[in-house]
Amino acid sequence: MSDPRVPAGPRRHLLTVSDLTSDDVARILETADGLASSLDREVKKLPTLRGRTVVNLFYESSTRTLASFELAAKRLSADTMSLRSSGSSVDKGESLKDTAATMAAYDPDVIVIRHPAIGAPQVVARSTQAHVVNAGDGKHQHPTQALLDLYAMEEALGRLEGLHVAIVGDVLHSRVARSLVQALALVGARSTVIGPPTLLPRGIEALGCAASTDLADARDADVLYVLRMQRERMQAGEAFVPSLREYSALYGITPERVRPGQVVMHPGPMNRGIEIDPRVADSDAALVADQVRAGLVVRMAVLYDVLTVAAVRAPVTEAVA
Amino acid sequence: MLFCRNGRGDSLTLEGRVVAPAQGIDECLRVTVSDGVISALEPAPASALVLAPAFVDPHVHLRTPGREDEETIASGTRAAAAGGYCAILAMPNTEPVVDSAAVLGSLVERAREEAVVPTGFMAAISKGQGGEELSEMVELANAGAAAFTDDGRPVVSAGLLRRALQYGSLTSRPLALHCEDPSLSRGGHAHEGAVTAELGLGGYPSLGESVMVERDLALAAAEERPLHVMHVSARESVHALRRARAAGASATGEVTPHHLVLTDEAVRSLDPNVKMNPPLRAEDDRRALIDAVRDGTLSVIATDHAPHARHEKDVPFEEAPFGVIGLETAFAALHTHLVLPGVVTLETILERMSAGPARVFGLPELRIEVGARANLVQLDLDADWEVTEAGFESLSANSWLLGETLRGRVTRTVADGREVFSA
Repeated sequence: MSDPRVPAGPRRHLLTVSDLTSDDVARILETADGLASSLDREVKKLPTLRGRTVVNLFYESSTRTLASFELAAKRLSADTMSLRSSGSSVDKGESLKDTAATMAAYDPDVIVIRHPAIGAPQVVARSTQAHVVNAGDGKHQHPTQALLDLYAMEEALGRLEGLHVAIVGDVLHSRVARSLVQALALVGARSTVIGPPTLLPRGIEALGCAASTDLADARDADVLYVLRMQRERMQAGEAFVPSLREYSALYGITPERVRPGQVVMHPGPMNRGIEIDPRVADSDAALVADQVRAGLVVRMAVLYDVLTVAAVRAPVTEAVA
Repeated sequence: MLFCRNGRGDSLTLEGRVVAPAQGIDECLRVTVSDGVISALEPAPASALVLAPAFVDPHVHLRTPGREDEETIASGTRAAAAGGYCAILAMPNTEPVVDSAAVLGSLVERAREEAVVPTGFMAAISKGQGGEELSEMVELANAGAAAFTDDGRPVVSAGLLRRALQYGSLTSRPLALHCEDPSLSRGGHAHEGAVTAELGLGGYPSLGESVMVERDLALAAAEERPLHVMHVSARESVHALRRARAAGASATGEVTPHHLVLTDEAVRSLDPNVKMNPPLRAEDDRRALIDAVRDGTLSVIATDHAPHARHEKDVPFEEAPFGVIGLETAFAALHTHLVLPGVVTLETILERMSAGPARVFGLPELRIEVGARANLVQLDLDADWEVTEAGFESLSANSWLLGETLRGRVTRTVADGREVFSA
C-alpha cells in the first residue's frame, strides 16, 4: 500500500539499497573513483555543490559516519550543518517530524539522517522537500555503508562480479548486513550470512544470500565481512547467545580462521577480542582503514548523485515543489 | 447491557433489497418503521440499495476514560453510526481500567448522555489488567458489564485464566481473550518472516499467538466454559479453533477487516497505519482466515477500532503504537476487497458483521419482521468513495485505507429504532 502522504514524483532519496539499480551503483562507484583522484591534490576542495546546503541530523552516536558526511559535503563546497540529538531541541522532547520541519525551513537540498528507529528516514522524506539520505535507521538499512564497502572491495580485489562475501556475526540486528547483501546482489557478487541460529533472521535468504550457522562455509569466500557483536544483545532475559566467550569460540575471526588470500572487513567500531582477534584487525588482510577512506569519496559521490541525477530525471515535478 | 441516549423511536420508511441471511430473506421490500418498531413489510420495486440487519462490533476502543483526545463515547458512536452499526462493545483498557463498578457506572452514565448507538462495556478480567487478581466479576456484571476481557494484554498466567473461567460462571457473561505469549512476541513490530528479515524489524511470530490460543482453548475445554478468541491472525490459531469446535467446545473466534484484506507485505511501506497487534500476517494466514469466515469457524468480524492521536502515529514505524481505526470503513473495505472479487459472499459478510457477533455476546437477535425493534443498515453497493482524513467522524484518522477508493457505502443506519446516520 502506498503512503498517500508521500508526494508523488521522483524526488530522489537514498533510503534503502532497494532504491538503487545496478546502473545506479555502477555510476556512484565511478563518480567516487573520479573524486578519489581529487583527494590527492594539494587543494582538496571541489566547487561542485557550491550554494547547496546539506543538513546532518544524527539521533544516534556516530563517529565515522557523521565525520565522513560532514567532510564529504565540505569537500564539495556545500554549506553544512550538523544537529545531534543531545544538547538540542530533541532533548526537550521535540518530535522527529517537527525537528525535520524546523530544518526544512532553511531549505536544505539534502538531509542526511541517522536514527535508532526503523522508518525515521521515511518520516523526514514525507515531512520535508529535501532529498533524504539514510545514514542508518535502526536495524533496517545503512546504504552508504554498503556502497563504501563495495568500493573498498573493488579497490582491494579489482572486481566485484563473481566475488563471494561471507558476512559473519549478528545478522539479526545488523543494518549493515541487510544493506550489503542487497548491494552485493546488485553487482553480481554472492553472499553467505553466517552466525548462530538465534542471530540469523528467518527468511533472510529472500534478500538474495545463502545462510549458514557454520563458519567453515566462509572458507571459500573472497571477503570475510565481520559484524559487530553488540553487548546489549546479552542483557539478562534477552540473551541471544549463552555468553560472549562461547560466541567468540564459535564465530570469532582468529588468524587461523583467515585463509591466505582472503581480505577481512569490519564496519566498525570493532570489539577486539570478541568478534575479531586483534592480530587479524591489525594484519595486512584487514581493510578497515580502506573502508573509512572509501566512506569519504563514496559519500561525496552519493551527495552529488542524489542532487544531480534527480535534476536530470525529475525536472517537472520538482520545479512545482 | 447496552446503553445510549434516551429518546423516542423514529417513524420512517426505507426501501431496498432486504438481505437478512439469518432469516433467509432476500427480496425487495418497503420497510415501515413506526415509533422505532417495524410496523409493515410490503413488496417494493427493484432497488439498487440493500437493506440488512445493522452491524454489531464487539471490539471497539472508545479511549474513554483517559484519552478523550483520541475518541469519546460521542465521537466513537457517531463513527459507529456512519459505519452501519447498531451496537458496539467497548474495551476496558482505558485510564483507569474498567475494573470496578464505580468506573463502569460512570461510563454507563456518560453513554446514556452521549452514545448515539447502543454501547456496551466490557470489564477487565484482572484488577488493573495486571494479570494477577480477578476483578469483582459478579459486581461488574450486575453493574452492566457486557463481557470480560483484558484486551490489549494477554492473561499470561494459566492459573488466573482457569480461575476466571471457573468464577466467571457465576455471571452469564462471555470471556473474550487477547491471546499473546509476551515471551514470544516481545520486541515484535510485525509478523516474523521474510518482511521482518528484510526490514530488520523485530518479529512477532505466529506462535506468539497460536500457542496461547491452544492453551486457552485447553483450559476452557477442561472447565467446560465458552471462550471467545479475539482478533485471530494466524492460520495455526484458526486450525486450533476449528479442532476445538469439532471436538464440541463452545469456542468462537473473531477477525478484523485488516487481517482479511492485508498481509505483511503492506509493512514494506513502513507506514505506521499498517502497524497493529496482532500484526498483519502472511498470505497463507490471510487465506486461512477467509476460509474460516466462510465456514463459520470465525463467526465474528470485529474492527478492533483503535484510535491514536495523530502526533503519536506520525513517527517512525518502530516508535508508533499498535492499532488502526475501522468502524467507518469496515463494510466498504470487505465489500471492495472480498465481495466484489467473489472471494466471500455478501450474505456471509453481512452475517458475520451482525448476527454472528450478536449471538456470541448474547445480544438481542436482529430480525427484520413486523413487531421487531428497527436495527437496519442501508447500503449503496455501487457508490465509490475516497477515504480521507477529513471524512471521519472518529476523532482520530489512523486508517489503513487513507487515500484508497472503496466501493460500497453505508447510506443510512437505524439503531434501536432511531435513525442515527444518513449520508
